[in-house]
Amino acid sequence: MLWETFRLALQALRRNALRSFLTVLGIVIGVGAVIAMVTIGNGTTVKVADDLSKLGSNLLFVRPGQFGPGRSSAEARAFTAKDVAALKAQLRGVKAVAPVAQTSGTAIVGTESRATSIIGSDNDFFISQDWPLSAGREFLGGEIRGGRAVCLIGATVRDELFGPAFPIGQRVRVNKVSCEVIGLLEAKGQSSFGTDRDDVILMPLRTFQRRIAGNTNISTIYVSAQDGVETSKVQQDIERLLRERRGITGNEEDDFSVRDMKQIAQTLTSTTAMMTALLGAVAGVSLLVGGIGIMNIMLVSVTERTREIGIRLAIGAQASQVLMQFLVEAVVLSMFGGIVGILSGLGLALLASSTMNIPFMLDWKIVVIAFAFSAAVGILFGFFPARRAARLDPIEALRHE
Amino acid sequence: MNAAAPPPSPQPVMRLKNVAKIYGAGMAEVRALDGIDLTINQGEFVAIMGASGSGKSTAMNILGCLDTPTSGTYLFKTVDVGRLNRDQRALLRRHYLGFVFQGFNLLARSSAVENVELPLIYRGTRSTERRRLAMRALAHVGLKGREHHFPSELSGGQQQRVAIARAIVTSPKVLLADEPTGNLDTKMSLEIMELLKALNEEEGITVIMVTHEAEMAAYAHRIVQFSDGRIRTDGKKREPA
Ligand SMILES: Nc1ncnc2c1ncn2[C@@H]1O[C@H](COP(=O)(O)OP(=O)(O)OP(=O)(O)O)[C@@H](O)[C@H]1O
Ligand SMILES: [Mg+2]
Repeated sequence: MLWETFRLALQALRRNALRSFLTVLGIVIGVGAVIAMVTIGNGTTVKVADDLSKLGSNLLFVRPGQFGPGRSSAEARAFTAKDVAALKAQLRGVKAVAPVAQTSGTAIVGTESRATSIIGSDNDFFISQDWPLSAGREFLGGEIRGGRAVCLIGATVRDELFGPAFPIGQRVRVNKVSCEVIGLLEAKGQSSFGTDRDDVILMPLRTFQRRIAGNTNISTIYVSAQDGVETSKVQQDIERLLRERRGITGNEEDDFSVRDMKQIAQTLTSTTAMMTALLGAVAGVSLLVGGIGIMNIMLVSVTERTREIGIRLAIGAQASQVLMQFLVEAVVLSMFGGIVGILSGLGLALLASSTMNIPFMLDWKIVVIAFAFSAAVGILFGFFPARRAARLDPIEALRHE
Repeated sequence: MNAAAPPPSPQPVMRLKNVAKIYGAGMAEVRALDGIDLTINQGEFVAIMGASGSGKSTAMNILGCLDTPTSGTYLFKTVDVGRLNRDQRALLRRHYLGFVFQGFNLLARSSAVENVELPLIYRGTRSTERRRLAMRALAHVGLKGREHHFPSELSGGQQQRVAIARAIVTSPKVLLADEPTGNLDTKMSLEIMELLKALNEEEGITVIMVTHEAEMAAYAHRIVQFSDGRIRTDGKKREPA
């Protein structure tokens, strides 16, 4: 009898194909959105945490200004080469202190040109970023001090500008400055923010300041602690030194910030986790709306079909049988919507994870919750209108126009 | 009032005793049935007549267990219907009664044969058997070849035949027809009457029919006249003036 009811329900749904489709659409979209959003969001969080941990846990970022909302590093004084020199001379337990000044510009070789990112730094850059060369050499002391026009290029710049040709010893024009390529950086791939880290040209800090930027600002200093040295201690040392150098005394707040990778990772992952929760909540609302849609359509359908209910009752159906029929219809509909929604949500997440290069982090809990919700919606919203209809006297239901 | 010669051995199927049906209350009270006594015997063909609003449909609905009286008793065979609950009344309809409505009341989205199968579904008849019985019932009412038409593709008379096929597919004890020819022209009406007569005579189904037309009532063995919720006359072939 249950099988019969199931078949009848399918038949009824097929007869009202358009209405069934519209009913199900809300659930499909809701369930699909929740699953896609949460899966993509979780993947992003994992990816960010993963990438950051690759950068090394002993790395400290020193930047002018304070992190956080309402604060801008633009107002704060930039660091100078003297600050860097002082850090290099006085910090204990560090492997590298790398100044970084950065801008974007155009690199030209022959007829090939490319917009790329230009960094001015010194040899500590390779240590702090844990970024070895694949060919060529680092800067010479004289090149750094003299601000000579030499550069190292990332793998993308090499591919785009030189193609198969061997670039070392060749010249590349960087924002009108002709530089000799002295080395090649190993390929690093994408950063967690989706940018291509190999799309970079590295030159001595002084060269960059004089010939590219036209100022002596240093926007970031990377400090790499030696293995076994507490980064928090190095952090304190940096803070003390820089406060002194920048004339900050007493209770005055720092006008710079020192963060280690762990702190940054925490901020970022908590941000992406919050985003996930937010997106999930928005998607949850659409699921709710989908549920209300089912309820609405079931109600309309019961009202529309009151005569049908009357006929069925008149020819000997019991109220429970009519109720069962409507219930099964609603459950079949919402389960179907739930399954299609889960599949399309997972499909979307899979697509996103392969195009955006993030891991596919399937959270079974969410799948189960979304499915249970769609089933519950069907049962709840299918049950009440159906019960109302089945309780009618056959003669009343028949009179219904 | 049963002055005319009774059937050989009258076996009552339905018995209404002092049945009243009152709609509304106080000033708005309508006594649709105002204390009627009526006995329907096995194998009878009864026509119910009367002015509009005299309570014919109300009586039919009560006899058909679609509605319950406000007071009085209704015995189906020996069962006091007033003591049955909704589900038990549904079972009674399912196993003993067939109903034909004035407005056909077919499911518009189901084909003729599916409509006829409907009562069998609730009896738990298996689908192959169901199809066979439905086809047979449709053939019986002269709709061979139209089994897969939808109601919208059938004429009024054909739709009423589908409705009759649906009512008789379960081989009911009693067939109740409330103005079965109300929407049909005379030719079609007479065809339907022939059909009811054949069912009554050949299958032994008790037929109770409401009609406004003397021509149709002439097919019945017995005519019951309603007026203002009461039975005026009840007798064999007494045609109104
Ligand atoms: N659901 C209802 N609520 C209130 N009054 C009703 C209801 N059903 C019927 N009535 C009233 O009961 C009386 C009898 O109605 P009924 O339908 O039995 O008449 P009828 O003899 O079948 O008339 P017709 O020949 O027009 O079909 C009428 O006065 C009608 O207005
Ligand atoms: Mg009537």
